[in-house]
Amino acid sequence: MKAFTVSKAVTALMLAGLVLLPLYSQASGNIFILTLFTRVVILALAAASLNLIMGYGGMMSFGHAAYLGIGGYAVGILAQEGVGSGFIQFPVAIAASALYALVIGALSLRTRGVYFIMITLAFAQMAYYVASGLARYGGDDGLTVYKRSDFSGLINLGNRVQFYYLCLACLFGVIFLIWRIVNSRFGLVVQGLRSNEQRMQAIGFPAKRYQLVCFVISGMMCGLAGALLANNTDFISPAAMYWTRSGDLMVMVILGGMGALFGPVMGAVVYLLLEEFLSQITEYWALIMGPLLLLIVLFGRGGIMGLLGRFNRG
Amino acid sequence: MAEPLLRVEKLVRRFGGIIATDNVSLDVAAGELHAIIGPNGAGKTTLISQLTGHLAPNSGSVSLGGRDITHLPAYRRCALGLARSFQITSLLFDFTAADNVALAAQAHAGTSFRFFANARKEKGLRDAAHAALDRVGLLHRADVVVSRLSHGERRELELAVALASKPKLLLLDEPMAGLGVTESQRMVKLLQELRKEVSIVLVEHDMPAVFALADRITVLVYGRVIASGDPAAIRGNDDVKRAYLGDQHVVTHHV
Repeated sequence: MKAFTVSKAVTALMLAGLVLLPLYSQASGNIFILTLFTRVVILALAAASLNLIMGYGGMMSFGHAAYLGIGGYAVGILAQEGVGSGFIQFPVAIAASALYALVIGALSLRTRGVYFIMITLAFAQMAYYVASGLARYGGDDGLTVYKRSDFSGLINLGNRVQFYYLCLACLFGVIFLIWRIVNSRFGLVVQGLRSNEQRMQAIGFPAKRYQLVCFVISGMMCGLAGALLANNTDFISPAAMYWTRSGDLMVMVILGGMGALFGPVMGAVVYLLLEEFLSQITEYWALIMGPLLLLIVLFGRGGIMGLLGRFNRG
Repeated sequence: MAEPLLRVEKLVRRFGGIIATDNVSLDVAAGELHAIIGPNGAGKTTLISQLTGHLAPNSGSVSLGGRDITHLPAYRRCALGLARSFQITSLLFDFTAADNVALAAQAHAGTSFRFFANARKEKGLRDAAHAALDRVGLLHRADVVVSRLSHGERRELELAVALASKPKLLLLDEPMAGLGVTESQRMVKLLQELRKEVSIVLVEHDMPAVFALADRITVLVYGRVIASGDPAAIRGNDDVKRAYLGDQHVVTHHV
């Protein structure tokens, strides 16, 4: 029907830019930009996972950074204990995230609205303090990952370009999964519950079961992002799961457009680039960033994706 | 005597000091259209909510087809063949009409823990949705988002959603609420058709509609059943006249 739209064109451009970025980086010799964008891609992955429960599922989790920490610590702790294989580290990171999501989801989903926000925040802060207490693994100071995950020669995470493409492949893979999920039977039920829980119960759906499964899937995806993040920085500390990081992820999702498939990617790119460039201009970059975000959210319902969507009708 | 489809026994529900449902007992036979009427605040919606499981009674029991469902949650009752429409339209407003109905069909067509295949392309679900929409005369609006449907169309869609779950018993909470004259007439005609296929409990303020449709009528006042019988008996009942029709006579005959 609608073959060409502005938002599709911009999304395609952005994705092409992400794919081609290492070529530019090598041609220009600008290594910094590759490092920056590796972080962007990883946090975009985390934001995409948050979008699944927040944008599609209507579950406003304010504790999503916990999974970044759990995934990161899974890699860091295993590496310190001598388990360097990524084939073990990554599955453990994802499984630990799933377990955490299952427990806190089962408890948090008894509540709704503001209480849900507060309880997910509280759990994430608990995870933060637990990590701070891990004296054996650096406590407050965090844990250095001396050796990146080893994938037996299949892919070398020490190579910047290979690592970047691994992160990008994970991002695309997760977005593909989310795309399939939201259009599946399960996805329609979850979105129906966001829209009108009472109605969904009346036509025969037990709400919590579906929301919990969705919550766990989202947590696993974000745990993957955490494992990548620890490899990217060669370091993991409790700060990765501090509540401001959860807030960053929420802002990325809202900025990009909640419930838009590529919204979180857009949000992460714009948010992190703005942060990067504004902080080069002034120490008080947050003073510029704040009002800017406010404007986009006020005038662009549905975030940047929503704004772009309007061009077609305008 | 044959087991009634729905049996309500000595149902009591209190809100603080107020008894909203006061020892209500009633039977609905299979194939029957049973109307529940009563002035505003008589506890009709409270009663319906206890039948559907959205509200728990303080005491008493509800059984469907001989099975005690008093303590089952709403979604389990739905699986057993109980469907409802809401007094205040309750739909998925950001979904299309067809999606709303297809989800109801999906709830009764195997598991919904399927994560990969596109549910909107499942022919069985779409066909069921279109059939139910056709039944209520909304097929031409199938792909319109609910928030763009008129009030009357939403009322019809509520009915289509309820039908899509292939219920044994349909609980309709004021399906005519807020409808204009022609819309009401269409709804009455539609209900006349539907009652041939499914048993119905109808809560309604529109007296001409109730008397035209009902096999039996139960009158609720202050949470209590003051009369129950066929339309002729209710029309002739002095208690009912005094408690209900007397006050509302002028209003109902405007319709």
